[in-house]
Amino acid sequence: MNWASPITLFVAGWLAAFAQTQFSVVRSLLGVPLAVGPALVVYAAFSHGLATASVFAVLLGLWTDALSGSRLGLGAVAPFVATFFLSTRQHLLLRDQRYAQFWLGLGLGAGLPLGHGILLQAAHAGPALGWNSIRQLLVLGLLNGVACPACFWAFDRLRQSLEYPAAPTSFMAGQREMKRGRF
Amino acid sequence: MLKRPQTIVVTAVGLLLLLLLNLPSGATARIKLALGGLFLPLLGVSSASQSFVDTASYELLPRSTLISEVRRLEKDNATLRLEAALGAEAAAENQRLRAQLGALPRGAWRPRLARVVGRDASTWWRTCLIDYGSRDGAAVNQPVVTAEGLVGRIAVVGHSHSQVALIGDASCGVAVLVSETRDHGIIAGGQQTTDAGIVEMTTFQQTPSVMAGQLILTSGEGGVFPKGLAVGTVMDARPARSGLFTSARVRLGAHLNRLEEVWVLLP
Repeated sequence: MNWASPITLFVAGWLAAFAQTQFSVVRSLLGVPLAVGPALVVYAAFSHGLATASVFAVLLGLWTDALSGSRLGLGAVAPFVATFFLSTRQHLLLRDQRYAQFWLGLGLGAGLPLGHGILLQAAHAGPALGWNSIRQLLVLGLLNGVACPACFWAFDRLRQSLEYPAAPTSFMAGQREMKRGRF
Repeated sequence: MLKRPQTIVVTAVGLLLLLLLNLPSGATARIKLALGGLFLPLLGVSSASQSFVDTASYELLPRSTLISEVRRLEKDNATLRLEAALGAEAAAENQRLRAQLGALPRGAWRPRLARVVGRDASTWWRTCLIDYGSRDGAAVNQPVVTAEGLVGRIAVVGHSHSQVALIGDASCGVAVLVSETRDHGIIAGGQQTTDAGIVEMTTFQQTPSVMAGQLILTSGEGGVFPKGLAVGTVMDARPARSGLFTSARVRLGAHLNRLEEVWVLLP
């Protein structure tokens, strides 16, 4: 197994979780943290196995919880559910189309914080959701909608350069096979 | 129907999350600190780069600007020294009078400077990270202020960093009073507002005397924040829906979106 691709993904998740606490100028302008974790969750669910993608989703949620006032573990529920849903329906969803990546990023960018907010409400452990929350979710959705195709492009390029090329399925090259029968 | 590997993953993650969500708060805090410790190298890099940018910006300033800045600071320093001396005299007089009345002496607070190194990673919370931890004397519930007003309280303490719950966060309620009318109220936090610098205050009874422009101070009730810290000014006030209370929007004195350095008040 080639470990370069999963390691790169986990390092990117670690940096993405930290980036959410930085860039105060962007934060002031957008009104939300620079959170591109949902875009990475989409990429992980489509490009890695269920186990790797699930561990990534849970770790991303725990890292985000560790850097916020949230209750530990609550932030990992929504990314894991989304990862499981996407991983088990990979065959039904478009992976390589840019517009599909955009809509998936947009959906998860808004959906994951919304899911987190609903869980916080259910646990009576969070702030009240208001009209400003809708604006924040829209901005986060758009941010991840743009970030998701960029993630696919960058990670696919990196994967091609780091991983071994696929081994040929047959020892015999097709063009050198002896043709039998009548010509 | 789930396949076997899928069932294993769902069960493992479900059990892990159930375990984490049911842990006692002390254990949760320790795990959070351990996970947050993974980001210490990045926080160090962030602090170092901020210091470098600050230093570089001073290096680039012309000498004449620096000299005029030093002169202005010297003048400010002299004024502040005089005010501090007068304040110390007034504080001593206050302590003497309190002693004559048999009241408990009011404790002095020692301010410690800390740098803000990060903001909350989530959308739903108002917290920030400061480079001031247990090794520097930080403890939970210590008040955090700027020269403009109250910022919040320390919520979680790590070895070298602490998490500060800012005013307006659901976990940072502040007991306040209106300076002019002495009406008491509370800033409970937890509301989602477009501007992080505006919070909602509720008075304990309907008080039509609360008006725009009035100064809001901490009341000292609750024991977390000392009495008399500036919080902000009233923007507008209206009777609450029930008609029993008055709600007022308060513009915070401290600029929570632009925090760079804060003061932690040690008892």
